[in-house]
Amino acid sequence: MQLTDLTMLELAEKLAAGQVSSVEATRACLERIQRVDPKIRAFLRVDEAGALAAAEASDARRKAGTPASRLDGVPVGLKDLFLTEGLETTAGSRVLEGFVPPLDATVVRLLREAGLPLLGKLNLDEFAMGSSNESSAYFPTHNPWDVTRTPGGSSGGSAAAVAAREVFGALGTDTGGSIRQPAAFTNTVGLKPTYGRVSRYGVIAYASSLDQPGPMTRTVSDAAALLQILAQHDPRDSTSAPVTTPDYSAELEQGVRGLKLGVPREYFAQGMEEEVEASVRAALREYERQGATLVDVSLPHTQYALATYYLIAPAEASSNLARYDGVRYGLRAKDARGLKELYSLTRERGFGPEVKRRIMLGTYALSAGYYDAYYLRAQKVRTLIREDFTRVFKEVDALVAPISPVAPFKLGEKVDDPLSMYLMDVYTLPCNLAGVPGLSVPCGFTKAGLPVGLQVLGRPFDEALLLRIARAFEREHDFFRRLAPI
Amino acid sequence: MPVSDFQPVIGLEVHAQLLTQSKIFCGCSTAFGAEPNRNTCPVCLGMPGVLPVLNERVVDFAIRTGLALECRVNAKSVWSRKNYFYPDLPKGYQITQYDLPICEHGKLLIDTPQGEKLIRVRRIHMEEDAGKSVHDAGGGQSLVDLNRAGVPLLEIVSEPDLRDADEAVEYLKALRDVLVYLGVNDGNLDEGSFRCDANVSVMLKGSDTYGQRCELKNLNSFRFVKQAIEYEISRQVDVIESGGKVDQETRLWDVNKGVSRSMRSKEDAHDYRYFPEPDLPPLHVTTEVIEAVGHTLPELPRAKLQRFVSQYGLPVYDARILTAERPLADFFEACAERYPDAKKLANWFLGELLRLLKEEGSTVTSVRFTPAQLAELLGAVDQGTVSANAGKDVLAEMFRTGRSAPDIIAEKGLAQVSDTGAIEAVVDDILAKNAGEIEKYRAGKKQVFGFFVGQVMRAMKGKGNPALVNELLKKKLGD
Amino acid sequence: MALTLEQVRHVATLARLALTPEEEQRLSTQLSAVLDAVTQLQSLDVENVEPTSHATLTASLLREDVTRPSLPPEKSLANAPAKSGTSFAVPKIIE
Ligand SMILES: [Mg+2]
Ligand SMILES: [Zn+2]
Repeated sequence: MQLTDLTMLELAEKLAAGQVSSVEATRACLERIQRVDPKIRAFLRVDEAGALAAAEASDARRKAGTPASRLDGVPVGLKDLFLTEGLETTAGSRVLEGFVPPLDATVVRLLREAGLPLLGKLNLDEFAMGSSNESSAYFPTHNPWDVTRTPGGSSGGSAAAVAAREVFGALGTDTGGSIRQPAAFTNTVGLKPTYGRVSRYGVIAYASSLDQPGPMTRTVSDAAALLQILAQHDPRDSTSAPVTTPDYSAELEQGVRGLKLGVPREYFAQGMEEEVEASVRAALREYERQGATLVDVSLPHTQYALATYYLIAPAEASSNLARYDGVRYGLRAKDARGLKELYSLTRERGFGPEVKRRIMLGTYALSAGYYDAYYLRAQKVRTLIREDFTRVFKEVDALVAPISPVAPFKLGEKVDDPLSMYLMDVYTLPCNLAGVPGLSVPCGFTKAGLPVGLQVLGRPFDEALLLRIARAFEREHDFFRRLAPI
Repeated sequence: MPVSDFQPVIGLEVHAQLLTQSKIFCGCSTAFGAEPNRNTCPVCLGMPGVLPVLNERVVDFAIRTGLALECRVNAKSVWSRKNYFYPDLPKGYQITQYDLPICEHGKLLIDTPQGEKLIRVRRIHMEEDAGKSVHDAGGGQSLVDLNRAGVPLLEIVSEPDLRDADEAVEYLKALRDVLVYLGVNDGNLDEGSFRCDANVSVMLKGSDTYGQRCELKNLNSFRFVKQAIEYEISRQVDVIESGGKVDQETRLWDVNKGVSRSMRSKEDAHDYRYFPEPDLPPLHVTTEVIEAVGHTLPELPRAKLQRFVSQYGLPVYDARILTAERPLADFFEACAERYPDAKKLANWFLGELLRLLKEEGSTVTSVRFTPAQLAELLGAVDQGTVSANAGKDVLAEMFRTGRSAPDIIAEKGLAQVSDTGAIEAVVDDILAKNAGEIEKYRAGKKQVFGFFVGQVMRAMKGKGNPALVNELLKKKLGD
Repeated sequence: MALTLEQVRHVATLARLALTPEEEQRLSTQLSAVLDAVTQLQSLDVENVEPTSHATLTASLLREDVTRPSLPPEKSLANAPAKSGTSFAVPKIIE
């Protein structure tokens, strides 16, 4: 067994016992990145010097008996949407090529304070807009389980790096499924916390009312440990919830006996691949076997989530991306004659087709004469979608459902058909619109060896319960012990 | 149709910079005049990923202003984004309030030649200021300074209740006085911390539908407000008279030429795409907070003026000057507590004190003497310890040095001589030297009396008690 | 619902995107398809439904009115594509 095959907590144990150093673990990651990343292309930027310096400092703390956290010394990676002081941050876009932030995102600061060496910046769909990592302006990332396929998106780089054991864990962001879907596509665990649970300060915005950062790991226990560091109220984020942080590991092993788990019938619609459905159904039976009660429930407005999302998210994005104008940072069309051209040429060259599509759609949905019919109406439907969840959570403790209707698809398969790409997100979007937490845990493989994920959704701030439910499944199956053939 | 057939209709939008230490959504200083971009941070530079956090004093100031203008303060108000591209707008949108502002439905009384008039205030909302661009920087470039980006503003919008340029100016002055009294704004038009846009239209008298309005910008003095509105009224009347139609547009007042010109062509008409700001939850203000702010509200200029008239028996003219600025009014009242004759006190304020302040170019807050010291001086004048004239010199010295009146009087020997024997000796001496003049006086040329007074006073270097000098002269001359 | 080329151009102007003719053409087709898909929302009765603009309802977070250190201008301007002194430089603005 290689060092990089350990989970975060297994490595942490060895670090605590002095059996291995953080520098050794970090070097092992760097070597593995060098070996496998040319095939995976998860990394946009590796920060070897920064990671090793942090590892040395961690080893010194361990030696002095003053580790900064349980995960002190465990190297991780960051989606390139998180600002890192002094280290280029691009959001996967040409428009931010060469941008060196003067600050760390709050969660990056929390990771540094907890002593985790940061290995570098991971690829993503441009500005997190996409479900396959193919809209990255730089290159697509490949799925470690089958390099001809997508690792999902938009946090595809993070998921692929975790699955390929280039990092022990990673941070992603989830606006419409961007943590959970790539986790499902790569046999990893991804948690989208309740909106407001984890600070968005310093996380490049896609759709502000939906974006939420979260952990991506190989095991549920690792996700709990990483969330423990991230979930802090942040006075720099006005939407950060002023709630206390529970101990996410405390109830992890308590199982599901006596829990009522809702199975939303709208999440098993037509068009779902048979093998995916079979894996998910098998997982549901496993919960029954462990003593949970499955309850058939309905979230009647699920069918409207896609349309609602594709009005609200682009509208917010069109405004969030107005700042990329070539004036203060990033790309500038140097040949522009006059101010108007400075804007329109910079933006034309700086943004890729998917980003332009969403800016156009969002601008249109907000423009005079269309606001009420599109944006405002979508916000009202969003209320109905939220109410679906509120209602159903009076009946059940959590929901279990598929993440994606399909297994990882081939790179290039859907790039020219935006609508069919958007349809990949139907089961992940409602969670963001409602602001509730959602988690993806590996629940099986197709015959072709492609991973399938199970989604667990819960009440606001009930992350601990989601982790416990996911752990109950993981404990019996050990899918996470299967290593991607790379 | 003559101009007199038309009724101008004017509404004003005021942008007032709030006197906070830090910006509305970040901790950068609001200080004016720093090197370009010295007061900027990732938030007010509009860097990717950063987020706004609201300055609590901005809310406090907005509520204060709302209460002072008798507005309804909304329990819930909502932040919105106003989207447009401009180099001094770093995020590509301004965070402002749109559908649900913090205050609505207020009013302000102004004075017009026809008496008091009530001007309705439609709304007050909070927003962030933009930065500044220097357009003619040379080399085909404009330069952008974001120090002002994120400075908090209140936008105060009146209903179209103003009917001529003079009323507009009156309203602006009254509004500025209120804001300055509240301590929320410095009232400075030329530095741009109190800015005004005017919406002007004209309609035929007796009509009940407003005409097409134009928005006038760059009115950075009361004089320009008046000039620009008057120019705009006659321009619109001319357009209509010559059979044309007034276009809705934004016009910029050209200070040098004394004309306005159209600012933006219609094809570029703005579509601001307002929508609720997702980065800021709605603002909730409790009745307890509103009441608490209400308790700290100072007396407002108009109420204070009326009280000065009734409580101190001052003429309106005097009261207006004394209450024009809160520190002056406060200082006056502190003096009035220690000196009972308010009218006499007011005369010293309007005559001497304001002259001294003007000469020094300072304000009452920098006066070096205390109200008690001023009361002491005026008491000395009343008691004849020092003459009224010499008292003015004493005041000037107090103003310069902050020393007390008795000290100055003693040191400069300005004390009035009220010793009958001493004065009598001088009177006798003068009369002895001027036998001829005594003859003339006794022959009926009574104006010679003044000559004698002058001679005595000169001999006494002005320090003789005038009443005693008069009395003794009359006695000696046998009246 | 179809989005005409003219509408595409107008929206591109609002969004400050200098689209190529091919992009205009493609966006007209693709956005029309998306708009078709979202017309589904028109069938819902939302007459008495409050809009949701924030996922969770948190209290208003306020900060004290105290200054914090700004960035030194060198840092504020470190990423600037063009500058003059401590100002950002842009092509001359004509009002
Ligand atoms: Mg405004
Ligand atoms: Zn700032």
